[in-house]
Amino acid sequence: MTLPRFALVAALLVVAGLFLPMVIPNPYYFYAGYVVLQYVVIATGWNILGGYAGYTNFGASAFFGAGAYAAAFLFKAFGLPLIFQILGAAAVGMFLGVATGYLTLRIQGVYFAIATVALVIVLETLVHNTEYLGGASGMTHIAPPPPAWFGGQTQFVFWVMLVIAACAVVLARWLELSWIGRGLRAIRASEPAAESCGVPTLRLKLLACALSGGVMAAAGAPYPTYTSYLDPVSAFSLLIGLNALAMPLIGGTRNWKGPVIGALLLASVQQIATVTISSEFNILAVGVVLIAFVVLAPEGLLGLKSAWARPKLRLSGAKP
Amino acid sequence: MSEPLLSVRDVSKSFGAIKALGPVGLDVAEGERLGIIGPNGSGKTTLINCITGFFRPDTGTISYKGQDITRLPAYRRARLGLSRSFQIPHPFTGMTVIENLLVPMDYGATSARKELENAEEILRSVGLAERRDHPAEQLSQLELRKLELARALAARPAILIADEAMAGLSEAEIDDILSVLFELNRAGVTVIMIEHIMHAVMRYSERVICLETGQVIAEGSPEKITSSPVVQKVYFGEQTAR
Ligand SMILES: Nc1ncnc2c1ncn2[C@@H]1O[C@H](COP(=O)(O)OP(=O)(O)OP(=O)(O)O)[C@@H](O)[C@H]1O
Ligand SMILES: [Mg+2]
Repeated sequence: MTLPRFALVAALLVVAGLFLPMVIPNPYYFYAGYVVLQYVVIATGWNILGGYAGYTNFGASAFFGAGAYAAAFLFKAFGLPLIFQILGAAAVGMFLGVATGYLTLRIQGVYFAIATVALVIVLETLVHNTEYLGGASGMTHIAPPPPAWFGGQTQFVFWVMLVIAACAVVLARWLELSWIGRGLRAIRASEPAAESCGVPTLRLKLLACALSGGVMAAAGAPYPTYTSYLDPVSAFSLLIGLNALAMPLIGGTRNWKGPVIGALLLASVQQIATVTISSEFNILAVGVVLIAFVVLAPEGLLGLKSAWARPKLRLSGAKP
Repeated sequence: MSEPLLSVRDVSKSFGAIKALGPVGLDVAEGERLGIIGPNGSGKTTLINCITGFFRPDTGTISYKGQDITRLPAYRRARLGLSRSFQIPHPFTGMTVIENLLVPMDYGATSARKELENAEEILRSVGLAERRDHPAEQLSQLELRKLELARALAARPAILIADEAMAGLSEAEIDDILSVLFELNRAGVTVIMIEHIMHAVMRYSERVICLETGQVIAEGSPEKITSSPVVQKVYFGEQTAR
C-alpha cells in the first residue's frame, strides 16, 4: 500500500471513530479502549528507535510521564487546550530523546539502555520534589468539558488518542518506506557498514530518538484529562516501560504492524485481566509472555508467520 | 609526478601498549592498482580503518584530493568517494540482497539514477544475481563476501579498498572478481587490494606494499616484491612454514 493510501485509511478510521459514541452507548468500552490505543501509540513510538534502529529503550515511562506532566503543567500554568498540551508534550519528549541520545549514543549502545532507566528515576524524583506539580501525592486535573458531540470526556479522549495513534502509525510507516528507514535498518544491522555506505549514523539515531520520544510523550499528554488526576507513581509506572518493550517484541519489530498487533493483543488482555483478576497480575503476565516470546519467537508473531510461509528458506539460512 | 589522490603521512595507531600501525606513509596515485600484503596482524586492516575513518590515528595526517580528511567522520569520507569492504562481512540483515546495495546509493556520493538497474548490474557482475530478493541473513559466508564487495561497488567509489574480498573463493570465482576489479579500474577507479591470496594480488596490482608489525618493509612492482628477500623471510617463509 502506498503511503497516501495508507494515510487515507488511517484518516477514515479516525472519521469512523467520531461516530463510535453513537453506536456504543456504554462508556466503559471507551475507557478500556483508550488504554489499548495509548499502548498502540507507545509501542509504535518505542519501535521507531527500538525496532527500526535496534536501540532498546527501557525507559518508555520516562517519556510517557514527561508527556503527561508537560500537559498538566501547560494546562495549569497557561490553561492551554488539549491539542497544544499534546504538541507541547511531544516537543518535550523529542527534546528528552535527543538529550539522552546525545549524551549516551556516542559512547556505546548499552549505555543508552542504562541511561533510559536512569531517566525514569531522575524524572520521577524531580516530580516528587516539585510542589507545583503536586509532588508525591499528585495533582488533580479538571479539564474543560469536552465537545458536546462526544457525549462525555471518556469518549472524547478516546477519539483524541485514536487521532494520535493514526498519526503515529502513519509516521512509522512513512519512516519505514523512506530513505531514513533504510538508513535505520542499516544501523540496526551494522553501524560500521552503515557509516561506510555514507549513512550519518549519529544523526539518524538522534532523529530516531527525537521521533520516538516525541510519540511516546504524546501518548502521555491526554492522560491527565483521561483520569482527572496525575501522580508520579502511575505516570512513571514500570508497567508502561515493560509494555512498550514487550508489545513490539511480541508483534515483531521490523515494521509498523508488529507494535500495533502486539499492543492490541497485550493491552486488550490486560484490560480484561484488570477487570477479572487484578492489575498487579498484569506485570507478572507481561513478564511471562515476554520471556516466552524471547525464547520461542524472537522475531515476534510476524516473524513466526513468515517462518511458517517459507520454512525451507529459514532453515537453510545459516546465521554467521 | 602529479599530486597523489590519497596520501598517508606518518600515521600511527596503538591499542593500549600494542603498536598496531606505523608510523607509515604512502601515496596512492589516481587510477592506480595498489596491493597491500603482510602477515596476520601486521596492521593492514588498521591502516584501512585509519584511511576510511573508523579509527582516528594517534599521529599523522591523511589527505584525499588535496584535502586533509584526518578528522572527517567515516560517513563523510564514504560520500567523498572512499569505499571499502570489510574483512569480516557486515551484511545488512533484515534487508534483501538488492536493498543492501540501495543503502550506499541512497546515502552515497552521487545520487545514482536508475538505482535498481545499476544494483542489478553489480549483482550480476559479482555472481549474486539469483540471490537478488533473498534476505541477506540467508547467504552463505562466501556469498556474504561477494555482497560485501557488491555493496562497496554500489557506492560508485573513486577509491575502492577491498579488505580480503577473495578469501575462500574458488579459483574461478577469484578470476571473476579480478575481472570485475580490472573493469572497474579501467573505468578510472583507484583500487587498493588487501589480500592473502598471493597470485591474485600479484596478478592484479601495479605496485605492492608489504607491511610487517605496522611498518612498510618493502614496496615495489609485484616482481620486485615476490623476489625480495625481506618479504620472503617475513611473509612467504611464514606462510610455507604453516
Ligand atoms: N580494535 C582493536 N583493538 C585492539 N587491538 C586491535 C584492534 N584492531 C587491531 N588490533 C591489533 O592490531 C594489530 C594489527 O591488526 P590488523 O587487524 O590491522 O592486522 P591485519 O594485517 O589486518 O591482519 P589480518 O591479515 O589477520 O587481517 C593486531 O595485533 C591486532 O590484534
Ligand atoms: Mg585484516
